[in-house]
Amino acid sequence: MKAEKKTKIVKTIRIDVDQCNGCRACEVICSAVHAAPKFSSNNPARSRIRIIRDPLRDIYVPVLAGEYTVAECAGRDKYMIDGKEYDECSFCRASCPSREEFKEPDSGLPLKCDMCEDEEDGPQCVKWCLVDALIYEEREEEVAEDEGPETLEIGLESLADKYGLETLMETMARMAKKG
Amino acid sequence: MRYAETGFNLEIDLTRGNIEKVATDPRDTELYLGGLGTNAKLLWDRVPPEVEAFDPENLLIFGAGLLCGTPATGCNRTIVSTISPQTKLMAFSMMGGFWAPELKYAGFDKVVLRGKSSELVYIWINNDKVEIRDASHLKGKGAVETAELIQKELNQPKAQVAAIGMAGENRVYYASIEQGRSSASRGGIGAVMGDKGVKAIVVRGTKDINIAQPAEYLGLCNEVLEYIKYREDHPIPGVMPILAGLGSPQEMKVHDEKWHTENFMWGNSRTRRKDFWNDEIAEEWTKTMEDSRTRLISCYNCPMKCGATISMPGLPTYMMKCFSKLTYTMAAFSDLDFGLRIAQKATEYGLDGFSTPQVMAFALELLENGILTDDDFPGMPDDSEGRFYWLLDRIVRREGIGDILADGTYWAALKIGKGADAYAHNNIKKTEQLPLKLSMLNPIYFLMYSTGEKMNITQIEGQFPQAPFPKREHREKFVEDWIQVPDDRFKQYFLDWEPRGENSMPFYPTVPMVCDIVDWQERMHYIDDALGMCAGLSSFPLKPPYHIHNYPKFITSGAGIEMDEEKLTKAAKRYRTLVRAVNIRRGMRRADEAPPENHWKKRFPELETELLDAYYELKGWNNDGIPTTESLQDLGLDYVSEDFIKRGILDK
Ligand code: SF4
Ligand code: SF4
Ligand code: SF4
Repeated sequence: MKAEKKTKIVKTIRIDVDQCNGCRACEVICSAVHAAPKFSSNNPARSRIRIIRDPLRDIYVPVLAGEYTVAECAGRDKYMIDGKEYDECSFCRASCPSREEFKEPDSGLPLKCDMCEDEEDGPQCVKWCLVDALIYEEREEEVAEDEGPETLEIGLESLADKYGLETLMETMARMAKKG
Repeated sequence: MRYAETGFNLEIDLTRGNIEKVATDPRDTELYLGGLGTNAKLLWDRVPPEVEAFDPENLLIFGAGLLCGTPATGCNRTIVSTISPQTKLMAFSMMGGFWAPELKYAGFDKVVLRGKSSELVYIWINNDKVEIRDASHLKGKGAVETAELIQKELNQPKAQVAAIGMAGENRVYYASIEQGRSSASRGGIGAVMGDKGVKAIVVRGTKDINIAQPAEYLGLCNEVLEYIKYREDHPIPGVMPILAGLGSPQEMKVHDEKWHTENFMWGNSRTRRKDFWNDEIAEEWTKTMEDSRTRLISCYNCPMKCGATISMPGLPTYMMKCFSKLTYTMAAFSDLDFGLRIAQKATEYGLDGFSTPQVMAFALELLENGILTDDDFPGMPDDSEGRFYWLLDRIVRREGIGDILADGTYWAALKIGKGADAYAHNNIKKTEQLPLKLSMLNPIYFLMYSTGEKMNITQIEGQFPQAPFPKREHREKFVEDWIQVPDDRFKQYFLDWEPRGENSMPFYPTVPMVCDIVDWQERMHYIDDALGMCAGLSSFPLKPPYHIHNYPKFITSGAGIEMDEEKLTKAAKRYRTLVRAVNIRRGMRRADEAPPENHWKKRFPELETELLDAYYELKGWNNDGIPTTESLQDLGLDYVSEDFIKRGILDK
């Protein structure tokens, strides 16, 4: 079956690394807004945005948490930009076993940016970044309509990682019969 | 549950290598808030006046402010307190940056060091895991270099490092503690750290900080952010650019240095160069700054960008803020290129940017005037820049004349004798001051300089305009949205303040008004220092986002301590008095409370006496500057008055 094309609003954050001053206000507010109850605590180690920061080398890269990955990738290349050397990982959004970024400090559970979908005034990191290193942008994009429900897929994937695909399928089959 | 604070101090006995996590008393938080307030309480309780700076019994306290680590913008100060080798009084220097919040996330409000380690060590705090580690391989290393080396060896790029350089290791009386873009510089606290054998304290924390009333607190934080944006768009008209906005003086941003270079003194705070600034210099200095400044940078959770990363060609990168941009330049009669180059070295050595250049200029003045001779400076180059580098290297190693100069101008002059004390002319309480010499007494500054125990005018002044505005309509405009005043009477003081005539300085503002103004200015700084707030967003600039009206709400909703303006004012008065009590017990008296004799050309001795008398009375101090039994009791500081009576400082 061929997927129908349809336009959809894509929420994005434009990151201007030249504007970032390394203050980590974005980390503060992200962790606070996702605390339960909201704002009851804060802790940058729970933030879904991280500043990859090396002041003496003038490296400041705000990165928003993306997908969880079970195994680290092969990426150990270096990028040279404007005479500065960046690790490939500096731009990667993955919650990945090779680093401490984007994991809950106690449980190790992966963190993912949800674009502050519960907040009326949009991404809070953007709101708290007064120097415009983070700019919220909505873009129209054409997408295939029958894209799988993303969250379900991620959930299943991590279950598969944990229990093995076979066990998972057996369980699902059992559940289907019961149903 | 404790809110905003963690409720734990980390106590480290360096002599025995003992590490303890100690629960603190929440009642102390109510009385003394945190940061400076609770630091002062610890020093009063545990460091009697017989203990000297370099005794093992002296404490070196790194206190995070009460609200550090919460989302309150700009709340990131570490307040370092100890007994100063230079003043022999209580030193409390603040540093911004990233260290205090990290300590809170590690689960501690303070690190309290006592004793002495026989080997050079560093302390590694990784949440609850705390180790004392060997630092012998870091001996003699620069402060910035040390931070990098430690982050690498621990494989902890996110750890925050407060370190000393060679100056601290060799107990230079104006050695600083450096931390990335910030430093705690005044009072020689780096020397105490070196004396204790501690090269660095390294922190990494990943725990939560809790807020008592989350929605209210975040509401207040958002109001502050909105106000910062508003103030960025509305600089105060009619004052010079570095005073028009928020933040620390924006020295890294501003290129026009006409005002500083023509109004501040050059050399050993002696020479005014009225026509110094011209297009050629402006162009050259702008180029120097722009070529070397890679980025403007901020402290933790602050949008203000008061600092900068500086990379001078051929030198390692370092970070700088504020007026150290010009102190070396002007002391050596040189240019900005030299200033930024030598500051790189001085930062690695870990030295105070105010005292150090002045000490060197003082030494050269003694040489010029025959009090010291060429024999005291063997091998020193002839050019001014070369001499400054040569002296810097001697001082941090305590070699030859450097050993004497390493004690600062006051103590060096005593040792040198032969009238050298006349050249140590810019001190208050044995501490080198900003190189300023002015014409007519300013009563407000007179009181701040005299009674300040923070030793640095920028950490005492603020809020109230430094000079009257020429036109009444301009003044009226200014007071219109002046919401920060504790009471409307302050607006009236300012409205009636004229540059000339009856209502002008030194007799206007009147004595009671001056006392009132100075009391307000000081109170705000003390509140900042307990909460951990940057003065640049509060007590220093005109019309700041934090003030006496919203602070109580921050404390109530953040720390869960019921607070109002009156209670907060009283708390600030309580620990301010306690700081004074520590110093009184160490012998400080009225006679010590004076600005440099030549600070103003035109002095008014009678008025000055009247000012001090009135201010002491307002503060609840007797005529010798000692807090009275009555005022101590009113503040709940009975234990201080009892001690004073026992020691014969106060009569029964
Ligand atoms: S709030 Fe903005 S400037 Fe600050 S660290 Fe985050 S992205 Fe950078
Ligand atoms: S958009 Fe929201 S969830 Fe995503 S990083 Fe920013 S604050 Fe966090
Ligand atoms: S105002 Fe400046 S000095 Fe103060 S916290 Fe912000 S960046 Fe730091």
